[in-house]
Formats: sequence, C-alpha cells, structure tokens
Amino acid sequence: MSKQFQFKLVLLGESAVGKSSLVLRFVKDQFDDYRESTIGAAFLTQTVTLEDQTMVKFEIWDTAGQERYKSLAPMYYRNANCAVVVYDITQSASLEKARTWIRELQRQADPSIVIALCGNKADLSARRQVTQEEAKKYAEEEGLMWGETSAKSGEGVSDIFTAIAKKLPLTAAPSQRAGGTRGAAPGAARAGVDLNKQPSTQGSNEACNC
Amino acid sequence: MDEEYDVIVLGTGLTECILSGLLSVEGKKVLHMDRNDYYGGESASLNLTQLYRKFRPGQEPPTELGRDRDYAIDLVPKFIIASGELTKILVHTNVTRYLEFKQIAGSFVYRDGRISKVPSTEMEAVKSPLMGLFEKRRAKKFFEFLQGWRDEDPATHQGLDLDRDSMKTVYEKFGLEPGTQDFIGHAMALYLDDDYISKSARPAYERIVLYTSSMARYGKSPYIYPLYGLGELPQSFARLSAIYGGTYMLDKPSDEIVTDSDGKFVGVRSGSETVKAKQVIGDPSYFGAGKEAEGGKIRVVEDGKVVRAICILKHPIPGTDDSDSVQIIIPQNQVNRRNDIYIAMVSSMHKVCASDIYVAIVSTIVETDRPEQEIAPGLQLLGPIYDKFVSVSPLYTPVSTGQTDNIFITRSYDATSHFETVVEDVQDVWKRIVGKDLVLKKRDEEGEP
Repeated sequence: MSKQFQFKLVLLGESAVGKSSLVLRFVKDQFDDYRESTIGAAFLTQTVTLEDQTMVKFEIWDTAGQERYKSLAPMYYRNANCAVVVYDITQSASLEKARTWIRELQRQADPSIVIALCGNKADLSARRQVTQEEAKKYAEEEGLMWGETSAKSGEGVSDIFTAIAKKLPLTAAPSQRAGGTRGAAPGAARAGVDLNKQPSTQGSNEACNC
Repeated sequence: MDEEYDVIVLGTGLTECILSGLLSVEGKKVLHMDRNDYYGGESASLNLTQLYRKFRPGQEPPTELGRDRDYAIDLVPKFIIASGELTKILVHTNVTRYLEFKQIAGSFVYRDGRISKVPSTEMEAVKSPLMGLFEKRRAKKFFEFLQGWRDEDPATHQGLDLDRDSMKTVYEKFGLEPGTQDFIGHAMALYLDDDYISKSARPAYERIVLYTSSMARYGKSPYIYPLYGLGELPQSFARLSAIYGGTYMLDKPSDEIVTDSDGKFVGVRSGSETVKAKQVIGDPSYFGAGKEAEGGKIRVVEDGKVVRAICILKHPIPGTDDSDSVQIIIPQNQVNRRNDIYIAMVSSMHKVCASDIYVAIVSTIVETDRPEQEIAPGLQLLGPIYDKFVSVSPLYTPVSTGQTDNIFITRSYDATSHFETVVEDVQDVWKRIVGKDLVLKKRDEEGEP
C-alpha cells in the first residue's frame, strides 16, 4: 500500500492575482475568465502522487477575501505546512505585496513552513512587468521556491504543487497524517474530541473523525 | 467602501461573528468591522504582547514566559458545555473543520475549606467525600427521578409537577441536605446564586440534564475547549462569513452611528467615509457603553459588573490531581456571598501558553466596591501566582429591541461558565433581525468530501 500524507496549504497574495483560479486549475482543471471572488468553499483538496507512489494530499485554504483589508485571522496561518504566495507578472506592485505576505508568514507561521513564490498570468507575458530574473533572485535570497504559472492555460500549475510536495518533510507516520482534519505539525497525533460523534458511541472518543 | 450592505456588524466578538456567519450563509451582504487589529473583541484570546498592551501599556512581557506566539490568553473565562447549544451551532455550520477540541480534565467544587472532584462516574460518586452514605442513597433516588422523568407519563412524576412545584419542594421530597442542594444547584445546574430554589423546578431540571448528558458525552468533565484558545471560535465563524461573501475590516474605527430624522439607522461613519446598510448589529462598546449619552441617545445600560483575574501560574492548581485543565466552583454559601466564584484553568495542553505554564481565571459578579477582595477565596486556592491581571467589566444590555431603528445591540459576556447565554443572545438578536426563529440547517459540504 502506498503511503499518504496530508498537509495544509495556504494561499496568499494581493486580490485579483489569480489565487482562486490557480487552485481551480489545480483541483478541477478548470478556468473561468470572469471568476468572481471565492464563495462557499471552506477549502479544496487535491492529491499529488510522487514517483515513488507516495501520495501527498493538500488541504488548500483560500483567503475568502479576508486579505483585502488586512483582516486574515491567525487561524488561517495556524499549522500551515506550506504556502503559495501569488503575484501577477503584469503588475509589479503585486510582487511588492507578495514580499509583505512573505514577511507576514515568516512572522506568524511555523518556522518550518515551505513557501513557494508563484508568478501567475504567464500567458500575458507581452504585458510583463516583473522579470523572471528579479523574482527568482528575490526567491533565492529568501530561500523560497519559485515558479511561473498560467491558471488560464494550465502551464506550470501542477509543477509548482508537485515541487512543494517533494519538498515537504514526509517523515510522519502515514496513519497519523492521512485523513487528519487539521494540518497539525507532522508527527503530532490527533488527540482531540469529535463533536460530530453521537453521545451513544462512547469509548472511542479519542479517534479521528475521518 | 462605497457599496451598500444588508447588515453592518460592529465588533468581532463571538456573538457578532456567529450572527455574521449565519447571516452570510443566509445570503445577506455583510460588512464586518472591528476597531481592534485582532479578532474577538471582548471574547478574544491575546498573545503576550497584546495582553500587556491591554493591561500594562508601555511594559514589555517578561522574557522568561517564552515566545509570544505560544500564548492565547482568554479574556473571558468560559468553556463549551458538550451537549449545549453552541456545540449544535458548531456542528451545523460545519466550522468544526477549522477547530480542534480537547476535554477539560475535571470539574471541582469547594466545600468546607477544600475542593473535591465533581463525580463523573458512578465509581467516583461512591468514593466522593461530598456526601455521606445515607445522603448518597437519597441523592441517587433524586437523580433517578430526574432521569426517569417523562412529561407524558405521570407514573414518573412521583407526585411532583416540575412546572408548578419549586425546586425547594423537589429537594425536600428527596430530603436532600443543604450541602447537597448547594452541590446540585451550583456545581451541576451551574446557578450563580440561590434565586432558583424558590422558582419553578423545570429550568433547574433542564440544567441538570444538560450537565449530566454533557458529562456522559466525553467522560471526564462536561466541558470541551478549542485548542489555541476561545478566540478561535469567533475567527472560525468570521471565516464562515467570509466564505459566504462577508467583507472583513479589522483596525477600522467606527466614529458615528448615523441615523435619519426619525432615529432610524442609515450607516456607520468611519473617518470621513459613511457606509450605508439596512441594519446594524454590534456589541455595546460601539453604542456608547460606558460613555455619557451622545446626542441624547442612551442605547445600553449597565446591569451589574464582573471581576476577572487572569492569573499566570507555574504549577497546576493544588488538590486537582495535577489536572491540565479544571473548573472549580466556590458556591456562594461556602464563602458567605450571594454569587459563586468560578475558577477556569487551561494550560499548554490546550496550546494557549508555553509548556509548564498554567493560566487560571478567577471571576465573580461584583457585590461590593472592593471587587478584587471578593475573589480572594478563589485566588487562595491557586498557590503562588506568577502574575495577575485584574479587570472589572460592566455588563451592558440594550435598552431597545432594534425593531424601530434597525439598531441591534448584543449583550456583554456574563459571569456564567459556558456559552449557553451567548447562544440565547444570538437566537434573540436573530429573531429580532430576521423576524423568525433561528433554525439550523446542515450546510452543504463543499470542498471537503
């Protein structure tokens, strides 16, 4: 049986850089030109299978617009194993915003978090304002992964998530990781109580609710 | 900010966030603002920097307490009662997916100068020093009566009428001693004073049933608690709201509630901008609480005060078997008061502080003009206190229902040990805003299968 691991991935970046489109492409292989801001999805999940058949399941959290007025809750960063910080290659200001989010992550998130900087809208390279060299140099300085994507064409999208999957520490026992509801630190056993459990089924209350 | 909203919500306390989440799910266009740069308002959990900024402006937290980010110190001491209404809302709205819960390890009650565990199993009940042998038999009959009660079956009533008879009559019928009555009324029915004894027995019956069914649910105590502190609760409902299109603005002062010539709500002014909406909801601090009435309009009145002492300890509370979390109730009769003193303690097991630190909050309803002295019996049970942050909070209640002016004000967080009154307030405000009872529907599962 192949091993399965689950990780919490958070998306960050200025409004309208294509965070939700990127996830929609990755999870459902769809694109919508007139996509309004995300409604109704708590988080999406998608699994990446690595060459050695290890399965890495991402629990992907979108900002739900709470980034717009700097109102993301600490809960959003809590226990995030990885982050994709998105900028728009046609808007140099969006890379500046990405830098701010990366500083925020370094302050709020777990120090072991894997961060990927992602230049989206690569299909619009005719209107490029952010050069690959500039973004890459910044990513190297900060020790981040880096890639360009087009949620519209699909170019580079699965590559960046696969690259993250390879970089995550796959050391936790699979049984503890797979199906855990919250991305606890790798290796941490889930020992909470399950509110969905009916009162009559006492005794096994320390089990996970998958 | 130039759009018009259905509802503006002011303050991100738990009450406001539940309402905001439920209204957004219902399809209302919600703008949610808070003057603070953190979520939770009066029901927030603060890190050390925020805690010191609030209680000791200008003073840095001591480095020996460890990393700032390890702390989430609750401002209001409450636990979630396992079979209560908040649990239902958490499950129905599915915000449980953002949260992880742990049991509170034990519930204790103070009697004759010492604390004893409230029995959670029959075995513990038999061994408990809280009652003598004969009294245990009488209490057993009393609990069997409560458990066997069926409204429609007079054979289970033993000649009593829960609606007409007082709790005093019920206690007398089973011959329970005053100490046992104290224990049942305060440690199980969780009454803060003795007013219930002369009233209809029905509410007390319901509270005891809530307690015992909550106790039976997870075993150790009737309470559960969210990892990373109570402040996670408002955050999770705020996320629910945002996911359904709610707009969030922290660090945004509300300078004026703008009304028309009839006094009806028009909008909220922040700086030079005014945002319009049909209705406004907010906690009392946004509607002149604690201030002289501005423009001759008094919207909230004070209805008592609560004193709370947040105590940082470097050891578990003595006499609690080194429990990582406890509730201790000091019934009023035991210390010659009118209102009970509560202690609520959590620790690093709940990810609210650094390891080997314990955070206890001692609280009670203020009866004199020396509130800190009133909680002394609680403080004495804690052993050495590393540091202590004391506050006296007035409890505000709105003077009008909001139905004429579209201004709906929530209540302050009271002295009870759990969130049932918070949910009552949510239900009450919901009914006033929407015009019908709050009915919880299970949300469609999107995203996670």
